[in-house]
Amino acid sequence: MPAAVTQITVILLLALLACTATTIVRMRDLWAAVMLTGIFSFLGACWMLILDAPDVAFTEAAVGAGIATVLMLGTLALTSREAKPPEHFPILPIAVVVMPGAALVFGTFDMPYFGDPFAPAHSHVMPEYMSDTVPDVRQIESHPGEPQDAHSDEHSDSQRNDSQDRGAHHGVGVPNIITAVLASYRGYDTLGETVVIFTAGIGVLLLLRGRRERRDVEEDGE
Amino acid sequence: MFAIAMAAILVTMALALARARLGPTVFDRILALNMFGTKTVLLIAVAGFLTERPDFLDLALLYALMNFIGMVAVLRFSKYGHFSDTELEKKAK
Repeated sequence: MPAAVTQITVILLLALLACTATTIVRMRDLWAAVMLTGIFSFLGACWMLILDAPDVAFTEAAVGAGIATVLMLGTLALTSREAKPPEHFPILPIAVVVMPGAALVFGTFDMPYFGDPFAPAHSHVMPEYMSDTVPDVRQIESHPGEPQDAHSDEHSDSQRNDSQDRGAHHGVGVPNIITAVLASYRGYDTLGETVVIFTAGIGVLLLLRGRRERRDVEEDGE
Repeated sequence: MFAIAMAAILVTMALALARARLGPTVFDRILALNMFGTKTVLLIAVAGFLTERPDFLDLALLYALMNFIGMVAVLRFSKYGHFSDTELEKKAK
């Protein structure tokens, strides 16, 4: 994408995001606010996709615009559709929100620029992961025009054996680099995240189940 | 060419956002959300062609499917007020 078009698109998307956020904050009709949070998620997904993170964008769209909208509507059915107007100007909440926000903005001054090849994310352990997981990168790149099938079977077999040997040598036999990083190099992180989500799911299910059983008992009593 | 298409999509997004903000009835807002999902699909497709990576079209298709399912859920909810079939069955009895 031409750089100017990307920049203008990103700026316009961020402006629309800001408009949506202010609208959500000022909205008293909660149903409309839920619809606007869906729009907010779609805008965020567009923005992340233009910054070349399609996986994050897809998660944002699926969770933010899909599941979260439905869950919020379910919550509205249990509570009220109108927000009560605040009784006084919320100084304390604004201070609580503004101070961490300012600290976060201050923190971004130390971050590397977007796309910096010398950023720690690209230079710390990533080259090692790449060379361990994808040993054939240079070979594939050096013959860009030739399809893989054009080689004789022996050659591709020897390549595959080579990559498997190198993977096994380093303890990672996973051919896909993202899977290798998530499931092997950061395996304990992923395990921890999965445990947290699993625990939260069990907790919510138990809460909802207790509620339903109580309602059934009440109806039987009637 | 694609840049003009991108600009048009962004303008349409702004219009849909205005409808979601103003829209007096529930269905104006649901329609605005649905339209916004469609605009997202179009923006992804145009961005794919702008970066000369038309394989973004697969992503756009996924977004379209997801938008459809989410919209069915929202419409069903706005009609019945809940998702479970058991209560509908009880009412039918």
